[in-house]
Amino acid sequence: MRGSAEVLYTAVAAGSFRRYATYRTATVAGVVTNTVFGFIVAYTYIALWHERPHLGGYDQAQAMTFVWTGQALLAVSALMSGGNLDELQERIRTGDIAVDLYRPADLQLWWLAADLGRAGLQLIGRGVVPMAVGALVFPLALPGEALTWCVFLLSVLLAVVVSFALRYLVALASFWLLDGAGLSLISGLACMFFSGMVLPLRVFPGDFGHFVQLLPWASMLQVPADVLLGARTGGALLRGLAFQAGWAVALLALGRLVQRAATRKVVVQGG
Amino acid sequence: MVSGPVAGPSAAGGAAAGGPATDRGGPDGGGGPSRGAALAQGLRAYGLIVRMWVRSTLAYRTSFVMTAVGNFAASGLDFVAIMLMFSQIDTLGGFALPEVALLYGTSSSSLGLADLLLGSMSRLGQRIRDGTLDTLLLRPVPVFAQVAADRFALRRLGRITQGVLVLGWSLPQLDVAWTAGRILLVPLMVLCGAAIYGAVYTAGAAFQFWAQDAAEVQNSFTYGGNAMLQYPPTVFSKELVRGVTFVIPLAFVNWLPALLLLGRPDPLGLPGWVAFLGPAVAGVMGAGAGLAWRYGLRAYRSTGS
Amino acid sequence: MSGTAAEQLIEMDGVEKVFSVRRKEGRLRRVRHEVRAVDGITFRVPRGEMVGYIGPNGAGKSTTIKMLTGILVPSGGRLRVAGIDPARERTRLARRIGVVFGQRTTLWWDLPLKDSYELVRRMYRVPDARYRDNLARCVELLDLAPLLDVPVRQLSLGQRMRGDIAAALLHDPEVLYLDEPTIGLDVVSKAKVREFLREVNAERGTTVLLTTHDLTDIEQLCRRVMVIDHGRLVYDGRLDGLRAAGEGERTLVVDLARELPPIEGVPGARTVKVAGPRQWLVFPAGQSAAPLVAAVAERYPLVDLSVREPDIEDVIAKLYAGGRGGVM
Repeated sequence: MRGSAEVLYTAVAAGSFRRYATYRTATVAGVVTNTVFGFIVAYTYIALWHERPHLGGYDQAQAMTFVWTGQALLAVSALMSGGNLDELQERIRTGDIAVDLYRPADLQLWWLAADLGRAGLQLIGRGVVPMAVGALVFPLALPGEALTWCVFLLSVLLAVVVSFALRYLVALASFWLLDGAGLSLISGLACMFFSGMVLPLRVFPGDFGHFVQLLPWASMLQVPADVLLGARTGGALLRGLAFQAGWAVALLALGRLVQRAATRKVVVQGG
Repeated sequence: MVSGPVAGPSAAGGAAAGGPATDRGGPDGGGGPSRGAALAQGLRAYGLIVRMWVRSTLAYRTSFVMTAVGNFAASGLDFVAIMLMFSQIDTLGGFALPEVALLYGTSSSSLGLADLLLGSMSRLGQRIRDGTLDTLLLRPVPVFAQVAADRFALRRLGRITQGVLVLGWSLPQLDVAWTAGRILLVPLMVLCGAAIYGAVYTAGAAFQFWAQDAAEVQNSFTYGGNAMLQYPPTVFSKELVRGVTFVIPLAFVNWLPALLLLGRPDPLGLPGWVAFLGPAVAGVMGAGAGLAWRYGLRAYRSTGS
Repeated sequence: MSGTAAEQLIEMDGVEKVFSVRRKEGRLRRVRHEVRAVDGITFRVPRGEMVGYIGPNGAGKSTTIKMLTGILVPSGGRLRVAGIDPARERTRLARRIGVVFGQRTTLWWDLPLKDSYELVRRMYRVPDARYRDNLARCVELLDLAPLLDVPVRQLSLGQRMRGDIAAALLHDPEVLYLDEPTIGLDVVSKAKVREFLREVNAERGTTVLLTTHDLTDIEQLCRRVMVIDHGRLVYDGRLDGLRAAGEGERTLVVDLARELPPIEGVPGARTVKVAGPRQWLVFPAGQSAAPLVAAVAERYPLVDLSVREPDIEDVIAKLYAGGRGGVM
């Protein structure tokens, strides 16, 4: 049984990966946009770190690395859009979800697999080029040893899972909300702001700065970026990964609870 | 301040919607009404369609309020980032917060206006793909007016409001000796900027006659340009500043006139009178975008795809 | 009917439309090909006539309609509609023609039906008295009265089609182009639409050019029918001439869970087309579909299916089987 389930979810992930691979024009356009914004943000950060060297504990090369990591992960961690889960939300809105609930597959795992497939493709399709362009033009603080890169990829994986778990909750809210668009919007804005996409969380002033680094959104960009640019090593590195994993487990579990309530609702209403 | 840019749509829309409204000038050479009549007809049709979209929007009031607030908040996020930066520093690229806010407010208002008036033109590629552009070609009014008014989104008032608020907040704090001319320069700047952004929207839409999936490319110029113009030009490399001055002259949206207003030298060392070229640049860009639109529509009507 | 008997409302003389298509050859090379979508079509339609214009998908039907309405500029030949060259004076022509695309509504989704009509009135600058008359007649004949205040999104397909047809007639067009006006409608709606079209044609003398896959539309409305294939007019004459074509085949359209090679080994059926996970199988019209479906479902991951009745395309296919040369 267990083996066949793994085959199923691997197939779902692979299918999603292939599907996103067919959106070539969108990928190219996304890469162009990410690169353009990368340049603009990079220059503003150069000015910022020129005024305040070592702001947030970063030197300038680390700040540049943060910028390009942000552009590379924007699509991967679905910081601006719902990713796959816009589709789930639409299925809930139209009622097609009833069909999915009767499928012999777990709804959450199914969509998680699909989202991981999407993220995998977008890491290659939309992550590599902006990062490479950034590294060519600006001095970046990229790690030399392969192990750090591997840990970074693990951290990105956890970032995607946390991002998924949050978006899954937002999508499931459509079972109760008439118009889920408002919540998606708020969720998207929170994501942009609290992930560090508009400004590294370490630059946020005072206690507010400490507080935002405890929120789940910090897992989605701030932590992986810190892993890559060498701001987290040793114990801090492990704490960072544990922080991500903790939020992932907590939010996935919450998602399961909400999913159970939603299923009951559908069954009671007769689909 | 609030009434200036908000009352502006007809003026800015006139400049942007007027030029390219001559799509009839393509194969529809003979027998058509004069250029002025075509412009009036285009504006009238634009108004008619916009009214329909506004009424459609108001059929879902809650959703409208929510998306308008979201639009406001989304564009405000950038300014929150700027304020957070200034919680750590006093000047950025030699500019104080009110000066950056002036840049931010003018560019945001201009983009907001252009986005409100012409923003949905980026859906042209979608319309070509699903074949619904053809239904627009069956109506006795200019296609440009119909495409410009398509899906008119009142929620975009959110961005304009946000931009105007920041602009209004910055003005009294600037170290500027206000004269009638300088006061007039501010709304003029916003309108010219809107026309320049409008030309970019139009050119981007025209490009989609050939490349239907290219909608996102123009975002690099509009939203990307806006992200750049919110910061002082001194922050960016000379090549980048040259690029947005001479290649895609977005610098005329707010950088050059704002530097003039603030009494600061141009980082490229251009003479002061260049800052007054805004309206001319807007006009040339509008005409160029209009031509591109005309050729695009002509190409569509000969290839049908 | 009305006007001078000789007045030709639509005139097409050797009209051509050539598209230049770039096709991939090998991995990188792209080669330009010429596709003659419309390859020298000549016909005339006198004022007041109702003509069926049919042909298989991709035959050049919609390209012809697009040239007649001024959307597309012809590559060659001469074309006049109501004395106007559509390519040169598209907007002037627009006031004198009405167009209904069966699968594409021009009505405003979230607004009451009457608001869409109000927009037509203003956009076409229809004089008030004319507008009131025209609307009243359409409302009466198409039973629109209870629908006028209903948002279009709440209308059924049939109601929406009736609404669309009315919208196309409010400005008194001299020609009405209808593209699949009865597609997807139930029997009652179809009958209502046909009745109305007959009425409009007879009373106002509106010239109608009708494109459809439903032979019954043609049978009930048109005495004259034109058949186009591969960009050429292959038949222009009375409907009876086409009838001889005989019984066709039915099509089973199946959606599989994923892309697969063409379905094989289903007795009595053969796969004629594959597009992604969707496949088309044809089988004789006399045969039951049930065993076929069972045979496919047993061996393939079937997601969805539908059965299509023999349509005009079949008839035309048979027409060809009879010999291309002999038809004209």
